[in-house]
Amino acid sequence: MARAVTTRRKIINTVAAWSVALILFFPILWTILTSFKPEAQAVSSPPVFLAFDWTLQNYIDVNEQRNYLKFFWNSVIIAVGSTLLGLVIAIPAAWSMAFVPGKRTKDLLMWMLSTKMMPAVGVLVPIYLIFKSLGLLDTRVGLVVVLTLMNLPIIVWMLYTYFKEIPGEILEAARMDGANLRAEILYVLTPMAVPGIASTVLLNIILAWNESFWTLNLTVTDAAPLTKFISSFSSPQGLFYAKLSAASTMAIAPILIMGWFSQKQLVRGLTFGAVK
Amino acid sequence: MTLTIRALLGACAVGALCSAAVAETITVATVNNGDMIRMQGLMADFNAKHPDIQVEWVTLEENALRQNVTTDIATSGGQYDVMTIGTYEVPIWGKQGWLVSLNDLPAEYDIDDILPAIRGGLTVDGNLMAAPFYGESSMVMYRRDLMEAAGLTMSDAPTWTEIEAAAAAMTDKSKEQYGICLRGKAGWGENMAFLTAMSNSFGARWFDEKWVPQFDSAQWNATLTTYLKLMNEYGPPGASSNGFNENLTLFQQGKCGMWIDATVAASFVTGKDSTVADKVGFALAPDNGLGKRGNWLWAWSLAIPSSSQKQAAAKTFIDWATNKDYLALVAANEGWANVPPGTRTSLYENPEYASVPFAKMTLDSINSADPTKPTVDPVPYVGVQFVAIPEFQGLGTAVGQEFSAALAGQKTAEEALAAAQALVTDEMTAAGYIQ
Repeated sequence: MARAVTTRRKIINTVAAWSVALILFFPILWTILTSFKPEAQAVSSPPVFLAFDWTLQNYIDVNEQRNYLKFFWNSVIIAVGSTLLGLVIAIPAAWSMAFVPGKRTKDLLMWMLSTKMMPAVGVLVPIYLIFKSLGLLDTRVGLVVVLTLMNLPIIVWMLYTYFKEIPGEILEAARMDGANLRAEILYVLTPMAVPGIASTVLLNIILAWNESFWTLNLTVTDAAPLTKFISSFSSPQGLFYAKLSAASTMAIAPILIMGWFSQKQLVRGLTFGAVK
Repeated sequence: MTLTIRALLGACAVGALCSAAVAETITVATVNNGDMIRMQGLMADFNAKHPDIQVEWVTLEENALRQNVTTDIATSGGQYDVMTIGTYEVPIWGKQGWLVSLNDLPAEYDIDDILPAIRGGLTVDGNLMAAPFYGESSMVMYRRDLMEAAGLTMSDAPTWTEIEAAAAAMTDKSKEQYGICLRGKAGWGENMAFLTAMSNSFGARWFDEKWVPQFDSAQWNATLTTYLKLMNEYGPPGASSNGFNENLTLFQQGKCGMWIDATVAASFVTGKDSTVADKVGFALAPDNGLGKRGNWLWAWSLAIPSSSQKQAAAKTFIDWATNKDYLALVAANEGWANVPPGTRTSLYENPEYASVPFAKMTLDSINSADPTKPTVDPVPYVGVQFVAIPEFQGLGTAVGQEFSAALAGQKTAEEALAAAQALVTDEMTAAGYIQ
C-alpha cells in the first residue's frame, strides 16, 4: 500500500515538474520555432506549431544586416569581466562579514541589497554624465564597471551565505598553522566554497549577459553587446517577428548552452546549505 | 639626433599622415523599419559619392532609440552625429537649441519641395531642424469586396456615421470577420495617437488656451463613446492589446473590413504577404463635418544634435538620404512603390509614382493635417496626435491606459475620462502649466 502511494506520488511529482518546466521553457521554444518560420507564418492566426515552411532565411538576413560576432564578443567580455571584477571585490567583503562581523554587518548587508530596489533609470543621467566626463561612454571598461556595481550586492550576499556555512574553526586552524589572511582566503576558504563561488559566477554571468538597461543606454557601436543586437530587430511598425526571433535565438543560445551544461553546479550552489 | 629618435619621429609623421587620410566616421541612430533597412542596403551609392565619410549605424527599437537619443542630446553626450527623430521631438528639441539648423543645405536640395504640412512640423522659428526621411498620415484602408457584398460604397472622404454603418454591414463574427480594426494598446504613440487624432474630428482638444485639461468635455465623451461602440460591436476580440502590427496581421489575413491607421501600412496591405492585396481601397480618415479629420501627421526625420563634432559630414549624409536623387535611387533599385513616401511635392508630381494605388490618398491625407492648427477650437500647442510638450509622453501613456482599460471593459467611458481629467490636471499643475 505504502509502495503504491509512493509510486503515485512519484508520478504526480514527475508530471508536475515536467509541466512547470514546459511552461517555463515554452516561450523560449516558441521563439526558436518562430525563428525558422517565414514572416507571414510567424504571425499567422491560428498559430502553427510545427507544420510550417521551415527556413533559414531569417538567420541569413540577420547575419547580413549585422555583425553578430562583434556583439557576441562584447557580451562575453562584459559578462566575464564584470563577474571577475565583482568576485575580486566581493570575496574579501563577504569573508569579513561572515567571519569578523561587526555590530552593523546586518545593516550593511541590508543597505547593499536596498540599492537594488531603486529603479536604474533614477541614476541614468548622473551616471551618463560621469561616464561622459571620464570618457567611458560606449566602452567595454565602462560597462564592466557599471555591471559590477549593479550586481555586487547579489554577489556579496550569495558569497556571504556560503561562507557562513563554513565552520570558523577550520580557518582558525589554518591561522594557527601560520596562514596569513591572503593564504587563508585563497587556499582554505575559496576551495571550500567552490560550489558557492561557481554558482555565483554562473548567476552573475547570466545576469550580466541579459542586462539590457545599461547596455542599451551606455553603448553606441564599439561596446554594444547582444542586447543591442536584439533591439535592432524590434519594430512597432512592420512585421519582423521571425527575424527578431532569429536574433533572439542567436543571442540567448550561448548562455542557454552554458546554463544547460553547468546546471548541476548551479543547482548545487543555489541549494548549498539549504538542506541540513 | 640618434637613429632611434629619427625613426620615432618618422613613424609619428607617417602616423599623422595616415590618420588624416582616414575617412571621417559618423554615427547614425535609427529605427528598424522597411525604409531604413532599405537605405542601409543602398549605402554603396553614398560610399561611392563620399568616400571620405564612413557611416556607423545604430539601429534600435523605437522606444529604446527615443530613450537613447534623448539622454544623449540632453546631456550633450555627443555620441550620435545623426539622429532619427519624429515630429514630436523636433519642436521641443529645436526650441531647446539642441538641433542644428538645416536651412543651409545646398540649393539643389530644394527645401521648398518638402510637403508644406511636413515642413511646418519640422520647422522651429523659421529654421528647418530635421529633414524628413518619410512622412505619414493616417487613412481608412477598407475591403472593396466586402463593401460591394454589403451593397455599400465608401466615399473618398467618409464621415464617422458612414464608417459605423460600413462596420456594421461588414461584421460577421461567426466567420471571424470584423467590421473595423483600430488601435487599442495603451501608449502615447499607440491608442492615443489614434484617439487624439479622432478627437480632433469631434471638436475635442487636450487643453484649452490656459492649459486646462478638457477630458470632461462633451466632445471627448462623444469621441470615446463612439470609439468604444465601434470596437465593442464590430471590432476583433482582445482589441485592447492590438497595436499597428497586430492590426496589420488581422487585415492581411482578411479579418478586418476596415482599418484606420498609418498611410505607410498601404504598401504592407497591398504587398506580397497580404491575402487581400488586390481587394483594398483607400479613403481619407473620417470627419464629423467640423472641418477637422481624424488623421494624424508624422515624419521620421534626420536631425543633427548640436553636440555632434562632425556636423559637416552629418549634413552631407542627410542631404544624400533625403534629397530627390535618393528617391530616384530607391525607385531604380526597388520600384516606385518602395520609395519613402510623404516628403516631397515632386514625388507626387511624378507620373510613375502617381500610378502607385495609395499615392494620391497618402498625399491628400498628409495635406489635410495641420500640426499648427490641429483642433476645431484654439489650443496653445502644436501637434495633431500629440501635444508637443515634454510631459506628453508620460501623460499620453497614462491616459492611454485609462482608455485601454475602458476598451477592455474594466471601466466605463465616463470613469476613464474622469480619471484622465484628474491625472492630467494633477500633472499639469505640478509642472506649472496651471497656476
